[in-house]
Amino acid sequence: MAEQILDSQRSSGTIRMERSGEAVRLVVDGPWTIADGRRLEERVKASVGAAGAAKSAVIALGEVDRLDTAGAWLLTRLGRDLAAKGIAVEFAEVDEGHKILLDAAREAVDGSYRPRQSQGTLIGYVDRLGANMIQIGEDFVRGVIFLGAAVTSLGTWVSRPWAGRWISVVHQMDRTGVQAIPIIALMSLLIGATICQQSIFQLRQFGADALAVDLVAILVLREIGVLLTAIMVAGRSGSAFTAEIGSMKMREEVDAMRVIGLEPVEVLVLPRVVALIVTLPLLTFVSDIAGLFGAGLVSWSYAGMPPATFIERVREAIGLNTYLVGLIKAPAMALIIGLISTVEGLAVKGSAESLGIHTTAAVVKSIFMVIVVDGLFAIFFASIGY
Amino acid sequence: MDAVAAPDTREVVLRVRDVSVSFGAKCILEHLDLDVYRSEILGFVGPSGSGKSVLLRAVLGLVAKQSGSVEVFGQRYDGASVAEQIAIERRWGVLFQHGALFSSLTVRQNIQVPMREYLDLPQSLMDELAMVKIGMVGLSPDAADKYPSELSGGMIKRASLARALSLDPEIVFLDEPTSGLDPIGAGEFDDLIAGLKETLGLTVFMVTHDLDSLFSVCDRVAVLGDRKVLVAGPIETMLTFDHPWVKAYFRGERAQRRAI
Repeated sequence: MAEQILDSQRSSGTIRMERSGEAVRLVVDGPWTIADGRRLEERVKASVGAAGAAKSAVIALGEVDRLDTAGAWLLTRLGRDLAAKGIAVEFAEVDEGHKILLDAAREAVDGSYRPRQSQGTLIGYVDRLGANMIQIGEDFVRGVIFLGAAVTSLGTWVSRPWAGRWISVVHQMDRTGVQAIPIIALMSLLIGATICQQSIFQLRQFGADALAVDLVAILVLREIGVLLTAIMVAGRSGSAFTAEIGSMKMREEVDAMRVIGLEPVEVLVLPRVVALIVTLPLLTFVSDIAGLFGAGLVSWSYAGMPPATFIERVREAIGLNTYLVGLIKAPAMALIIGLISTVEGLAVKGSAESLGIHTTAAVVKSIFMVIVVDGLFAIFFASIGY
Repeated sequence: MDAVAAPDTREVVLRVRDVSVSFGAKCILEHLDLDVYRSEILGFVGPSGSGKSVLLRAVLGLVAKQSGSVEVFGQRYDGASVAEQIAIERRWGVLFQHGALFSSLTVRQNIQVPMREYLDLPQSLMDELAMVKIGMVGLSPDAADKYPSELSGGMIKRASLARALSLDPEIVFLDEPTSGLDPIGAGEFDDLIAGLKETLGLTVFMVTHDLDSLFSVCDRVAVLGDRKVLVAGPIETMLTFDHPWVKAYFRGERAQRRAI
């Protein structure tokens, strides 16, 4: 739409060519402005081609009625391209205002600039693959360095508890823990209910629908509760950590901290990681209870099992170890989420795009690592028979 | 406004009439009038927090006005159709105080954003034009492929000016263009603006605190105070105008040193 407005405002400039022997006279007229850039450029190219074997050319600007920098640049290029063909070029009938513009355009570009070339597809692919591999290695090293720095800071907190940033920790616990309770409870309730419903339907074929309770109770307590909670926290708090720290990094607030003598790892990272390590097990407990509650509701409504019977069956199906297996994993996952998202936050560079990239990376890496670690725990607990 | 030396017959590019802006109960601008003439550099000064940037934003349509009108190139901006607004926006350029370059684009791409949006130009021509602009604002060619986060403060101002000039506007709005630059860099920037005014016939509306800019490049100065324009006119008018802030600003110790 914008273009139509612009086009209707004006007719475009032209170049008229007058030949006399080996000399040509290029009479430029009309408006030479950026709005007509494409057509004007074509005319410039056509004129350079049409000039052919001429020995000298005069570019007459007397009839130009409007000129801007784009027009000036195109006319400058006309002169330059003609000169490159060995034609002696001269500008004529240049008025004062046009001369300043032509000079400015000529001075502004020295012609040495070439835009960055993108690499060929195959080489580019291998290049990116290699760069990614190096990146993963660097990420790992950075993570370990970070862990070391965090543990060192934690050491000072433990040895001098009055110097710890406990207010900050409590604030983060509120944000990552207390405020997450409703959504985690709701989500676990629904998942517990869904798993229970499916189990009842499938096991009913074998007349074993009463065993659905065992299945759900063990699954929720050992795996689902902690895994769902960790994934939710990674998406909810991990992304927030990265975005907060990242935007502080962008605006040099992190540098300001360093200069004042505050250690970013201690001030920004540790309170968040400690808060997560405390709250994730608590949220896991909430998730376990909500999941079982959902399963109880479904057993009641679909299988006609009264709540008292449900509780009785749950008590028979699980031991304390079933509950603890889930809970033990929670702090480890909290550490992973906290470290990855804060490392990513501190890796943010100056641009908005970089903030987006690192926030995405934080969530994806956290969730991926949580699932990997959950698998490792499963292997470990199976082999020690817990 | 009474102190303007000669009655001006020049074309008014920007006409602000009776503009009032308030945020909640706090009134920032009250029945403010201001004219900007073609091919002049108007310096706009006033105490910090007096609403200079608010006026700029109100003119650009970024802040809602409670009353009044803004005419650009003789056309009402507010109340115009979307197509008319686009036509006006294409004829102005804005340099924001902190540059406001798009951080995920290179300098070259930043300059090409308006071209890409409004015009149908081949990429090669846009690249060449971007390089012309980069040269005109005094950046070196290798700044073209840098991202804003890789630029110094002065380079950001220049790159941002290059973007503002992308479509050869008729009027540019500059919000504190020399703040954060060293005096020499600020002086160069002033010369650059004055040079561009000569070459392109630009009209410049410049919010500034820089006395050097006011004395060296501005054709006229307008002072904002008490929620309206206290006085507008050439710098000589400022030196004789009787208002405590204007006196302190233009005839204070710093200004005196400047005058010597």
